[in-house]
Formats: sequence, structure tokens, C-alpha cells
Amino acid sequence: MSQPRLVEVRRNVLKQNDVIARALREEFRSAGVFVVSLVSSPGSGKTMLLERTLTQLQPKNRVAALVGDLATENDAMRLARSKAPVKQITTGTLCHLEAGMVQGALQEWDLNQLDFLFIENVGNLVCPSSYDLGESLRLVLMSVTEGEDKPLKYPTIFNSADVAVITKNELADAVEFDWDTARKSIESVRPGMRIFRLSAKTGQGMDEYLDFLAEQLQEHRAAAIPNPS
Amino acid sequence: MHELSIAIGIVEAATDEAQRRGVQVSAVHLRLGALSGVVRDALLFSWEVARQDTPLEGAQLIVEDVPVVVFCPRCNEQRTLSSLQAFACPECQTPTMDIRQGKELEVFALEVEDVEVPR
Repeated sequence: MSQPRLVEVRRNVLKQNDVIARALREEFRSAGVFVVSLVSSPGSGKTMLLERTLTQLQPKNRVAALVGDLATENDAMRLARSKAPVKQITTGTLCHLEAGMVQGALQEWDLNQLDFLFIENVGNLVCPSSYDLGESLRLVLMSVTEGEDKPLKYPTIFNSADVAVITKNELADAVEFDWDTARKSIESVRPGMRIFRLSAKTGQGMDEYLDFLAEQLQEHRAAAIPNPS
Repeated sequence: MHELSIAIGIVEAATDEAQRRGVQVSAVHLRLGALSGVVRDALLFSWEVARQDTPLEGAQLIVEDVPVVVFCPRCNEQRTLSSLQAFACPECQTPTMDIRQGKELEVFALEVEDVEVPR
């Protein structure tokens, strides 16, 4: 009988996902499409914000969206009202999107024809944080009805995101939303995070957020082409 | 809860490494970062299910928790965070997002035995 021994392997468990995510990011870069993913708890207003975003960006930009859900195609139908190409990824029992699902869903689309691609993740503040989808910008949404300490309760997802969006601001007064506490919570788990505060319903705050996306697209393209000539 | 998919991923990674080396795995050592988004207890529970009917049936999962280490630009030192609720230097309170460690989800080592060749 041989003696048990220890061998070092050092293998990233999510390597497969990360490899696909890296390939996607490269594909997005060379196609010049800026990819934004949205994460939040269920009911924070991802679909509402996305519908508004798709509609308002469209006069000037070519946009499309992928939307992940456990079941139903309701969100895709809502988003289709924006007239943008929308594809649903139904995950079944899976609580998050993975890079391979994004890759599979994109097969029939010509990325060169797009300026922005949005990926709405499954409503969940825990699992999506582990999976890179190849996106250039990850938005984490938090509605004013959720409690100002949400970032402290789910630090990992806030930490994995680039920008925070406070949604349903039209309800802020009714629910006595404490903006200062919310801002401090975000700042504590993700120092320097850019925060937008808006209402997709009334449109308040949308311009600043859309201008930011437009700037990001420009920067993304400028970085992708080192020597424009 | 995505720990079951993660556990299956660990089984697959360890099985692959073991087959390449022609060895039998008795334990898997995992480095689990506090920022990995994976919950240790849920993972250990999922491990029991994931290893069934695989070459790793009977293999133990040994989890090493990896804390978050940040670089403090003011102290010019690496610092270990005691909480995920405050990304700031524990010594001087300077906020920092310069994360040096804590996102690990890595099969670090395998405890193995050579496979007995039947004669």
C-alpha cells in the first residue's frame, strides 16, 4: 500500500467560466460594443430601468439586451416594447448567468452591428458575484424601498460591481429613504464607487446616467483602437 | 445558492488532475477567499452530493479560508481586513480598493495515493 502524499495543483475552480469570459471580452472589444450587466435583488427595477435605457438610447445608438430569468419570458416581452433586439436566457433552477450562457445566446447576433449590449442577470444579490460575464461595466441596482444598509449585507456583490444605481427614487420620500446612510454604506464596501440616483418611471436622473453610458462607450472604443488614423 | 455548481466544478477539476497523474484522491484542499461569493457551509454540504458516484467518492474537502488583504496607499503596507463591511485600512482608516487577496476559489492541493494496479 502506498503512502498518501500531497501534490500541489493550484487550479482555479471557475477557470472554464473565466476563459470564456475573457474570450467574450476580447470579442466585445474588437467589435466595439460596450457591454453593461445589471445585478440586483428581485424587484429592484432592473427590467424597468433597462426598458427605459433601451428606449432612450435608441435614436442615436444600436442597442440589444440579453435577459436572464429562472422561468418565464415576461421580462423579454416587456423589453421587446423598446423595439430593440432582446433575447431571454431561461436558466431553469440556476440562480445566476454564466459566461457560457452569454456566449451561446449571442451566436446569432452580429456584434459589429451594436453599440451597446445589456445583460440583465437573474435577480439575486449573492451568486452572480462569482461569475465574470465578459462585461465592461457591472451595475448594481438598489431601490429606495430596500433599506439603506443593503450594501453592508451584500458586500461581495457591491464590491464586484463598478457602478451603483439607486432606483425608484420617486418613492424616496414616501419610504423616508435616508440618502446619506445609503451613500455611506456603499462607500464603505466599495470606496470611490460612482452612484446614480434615478427614477426610471418619471425619468428623473436618467440623463446623467445615460450621458455616463455614452462617455463609457467613447472611452471603450478609444481604448480598443490605440492608433486611430 | 450556486455552491452545488461550484462543488461539481471542484470534483471535475480534481478528477482531471488525478487522472493526469494516475492517482487516487483522498482529500481536496481548497483555498476559499472571503470575496469569492461562495459560502463555506453550503459548499461543504454540496460536496457530499457532488462527489457521489465519481472517482472522488470518499474524498474529503478541506477548506482553507482566505481573508481579504488590501494594500494601504498611506501606510504603504498590505493589511488584512477583519470585515467585508469596511474596505479601509484597519490601522489608518484610509479607504482602499486595491485588493491583493480574497477572491480565491482554487483547488490548491490534492492528497493522493497511487492507484493499485490489479495483477
